[in-house]
Amino acid sequence: MIVELGHFALILALLVAVVQVVVPAFGAHVRDERMMRVAEPAAISQLLLIAMAFFALMHAYVTSDFSVLNVAENSHSTKPLMYKMAGVWGNHEGSMLLWVLILALFGAAVALFGNNLPPTLKARVLSVQASIAVAFLLFSLLTSNPFVRLDPAPPDGNGLNPILQDPALAFHPPFLYTGYVGFSIAFSFAIAALIEGRIDAAWARWVRPWTLAAWMFLTIGISMGSWWAYYELGWGGWWFWDPVENASFMPWLAGTALLHSALVMEKREALKIWTVLLAILTFSLSLMGTFIVRSGVLTSVHSFAVDPARGVFILAILVFFTGGGLALFALRAKDIQPGGLFQPISREGSLVLNNLLLVTAAATVLVGTLYPMALEGLTGEKISVGPPFFNMTFGPLMIPLLIALPFGPLLAWKRGDLLGAMQRLAFAFLAALVTVVAVYAVEHRGPWLAPFGIALGVYVMAGAIIEWANRVKLGSAGRDEVVRRATNLPRSAYGTLFAHFGVGMLMVGIVATSAYREEHILAMKPGDKVMVDGYQVTFTKVERGRGPNYTEDIADFNVKRDGETVATLQPAKRLYDAPPQPTTEAGIHAAWRGDLYVVIGDAQPGGGYAVRAYFNPLVRFIWLGALFMFFGGGISLSDRRLRVGAPARTRAAIPVPAE
Amino acid sequence: MRRLLAAVALTIWALVGAAPAFAVQPGEMLADPALEKRARTISAELRCLVCQNQSIDDSDAPLAGDLRRLVRERLKAHDTDQQVLDYIVARYGEFVLLKPRFEVSTLLLWLTPVLVLLAGLGLIIRAAKPAGPSASEPLTDKEKAELSEILGVKDR
Repeated sequence: MIVELGHFALILALLVAVVQVVVPAFGAHVRDERMMRVAEPAAISQLLLIAMAFFALMHAYVTSDFSVLNVAENSHSTKPLMYKMAGVWGNHEGSMLLWVLILALFGAAVALFGNNLPPTLKARVLSVQASIAVAFLLFSLLTSNPFVRLDPAPPDGNGLNPILQDPALAFHPPFLYTGYVGFSIAFSFAIAALIEGRIDAAWARWVRPWTLAAWMFLTIGISMGSWWAYYELGWGGWWFWDPVENASFMPWLAGTALLHSALVMEKREALKIWTVLLAILTFSLSLMGTFIVRSGVLTSVHSFAVDPARGVFILAILVFFTGGGLALFALRAKDIQPGGLFQPISREGSLVLNNLLLVTAAATVLVGTLYPMALEGLTGEKISVGPPFFNMTFGPLMIPLLIALPFGPLLAWKRGDLLGAMQRLAFAFLAALVTVVAVYAVEHRGPWLAPFGIALGVYVMAGAIIEWANRVKLGSAGRDEVVRRATNLPRSAYGTLFAHFGVGMLMVGIVATSAYREEHILAMKPGDKVMVDGYQVTFTKVERGRGPNYTEDIADFNVKRDGETVATLQPAKRLYDAPPQPTTEAGIHAAWRGDLYVVIGDAQPGGGYAVRAYFNPLVRFIWLGALFMFFGGGISLSDRRLRVGAPARTRAAIPVPAE
Repeated sequence: MRRLLAAVALTIWALVGAAPAFAVQPGEMLADPALEKRARTISAELRCLVCQNQSIDDSDAPLAGDLRRLVRERLKAHDTDQQVLDYIVARYGEFVLLKPRFEVSTLLLWLTPVLVLLAGLGLIIRAAKPAGPSASEPLTDKEKAELSEILGVKDR
């Protein structure tokens, strides 16, 4: 019964969304306030209805109702409760339901908190947002209905892929979706503004918090996925340039560009046309990502052709919104008044460079991801585009971006002083130089470029601190003055500090762990020892154990450093009951200098076990960097001028321009 | 039926593609560390043909193991890295290369970053032209108001 109620609620949500598309848009056209106001209750009830459907499905999962096809295919009665709940989005149908739920969540948030929006803009934004919902609700109901019943119901379900039964991965999709579905708001604002034919700095101020919130969640979602891959897949990799990863990374790159260009638009009314285009492109990349992941095109071009219903449907959605958005842009862009002028060397100029490089990077990832599919579809020729390609093309684009990054905040708007910025960055250059020398002194192996890569990260971190120090006049003003300035500095400035510092940390972590990782692959018998970067690792024993829904072989490794035991690692090999699938659990001893990472493999023909032991230097900095970026976004979002719903005209209270 | 097929396909994909890898086995490794290092580097550039986006260095599929051994055999037979790659490509096709060769069919792939960068630069230069040097441009009233606002606050 609850399942049918959920199904009914989803259909009702579709109808509400249709109303939300038509009535407010028409109301805005004829300036009828009552019709425009329909948008708000519609958006909220749409959210409530989709939430009802979502929780109905979750109820079916939690109670293991195997008369529901989706539950029978993807759940199992012995699965721990947390994974029963997370199982809702661990499959195609359920994850699409989560997709529309988050879409509706953002729509309802605009309805609730967008009180400062002009009524026509708000009505149009919500109307566009609802049109996306209509498309995806139709997709869900027609091709991916999670509420289909199964008769007779099987005694038990097929279970959830065990490598997905992990806390980080269980909560990774909601974050990820909040991120890339969140960019729908930027899209809706862009389309609404194009329809209105009016785009100004206020528009950017309204769009920026939504974009920032979506970007934060996407950042944390991607890094959670990467962290999961690192400890769960068992070979210590953290990024694979897998099409599924690229699908979320492209909107992240474009969204990062959008955050920065919206800044220029807000402060200087420049880059208006570009920012609107970027808002359309960012969400188009989100749709592209959904298409890549959800259409089946990934498995092979042929499987896409065999079962085209879903693929063609999403492709149609993608073409409609991207094509429609771009067509509207082409029609209306010429009416947009160009804004403030600026010199190439200026804050605006640096942000244009940021956008150029980030968008090129996004385009590179996009083409690299789609090229094999397109080529095979067109000519039948099969090629692969993998990590070596992306490292070779993406890497070089990031270097100038990182070099330029600390300059941006130090340059003035309109016309900046490059030499002055360089002088102020002297300490950062020095820090980079010291890093290069120090790394060469400590590490003799690895590629010769690696120390420069680490130095680049240190330079970005130092640059972030210098910018802050400059603004609070650290070193040139008295202590009281510094404290006063530090407390009065807008939160968005601290946001920038944290986010940019995080970028530097990320760079340091990536380069250090890629270049200086130590790896040992060997067959070990109990009692055998191996030295891994100063750790003495002794294989003591292997035992058989039993978890809630798996059996496992747990190995025991004693880890000593300078003769003292610092850790006992217990990497394991698990075999899940349903579906019967093996997984590895790595044993990780994490420290600031790096992770000792031990994995156990199969029993060897000559006795003993295959063992892989790694030392991944500074690998923590990768996720710590991402966390800094996330918190940076959060701090910036809490800035009262950006706060969702804060009155727009509070400019008199701004002591120092943000960023 | 289609749904079932799709579900089966997805499961197989999950099993083959995302299964935890153990990849290189201790027994496969070459005694000569320099040669082994070359083998690892080459392996990272070769696709495991039955997997979803994994190199043979990362995959524990049996076929990947066969290819790893093949790479090592060729290296022991004094092939250069390029000769090893050519040998594998001759047997398994271009699909095996994770970094496609620069050819007519991959031209657009390799040139995308350059083309986008140049196109972007072109657009920026075009957009910047009418602006010209505007050093002596007077402030607008709005800017003046903003300026006094900012200065006023600072003086406080």
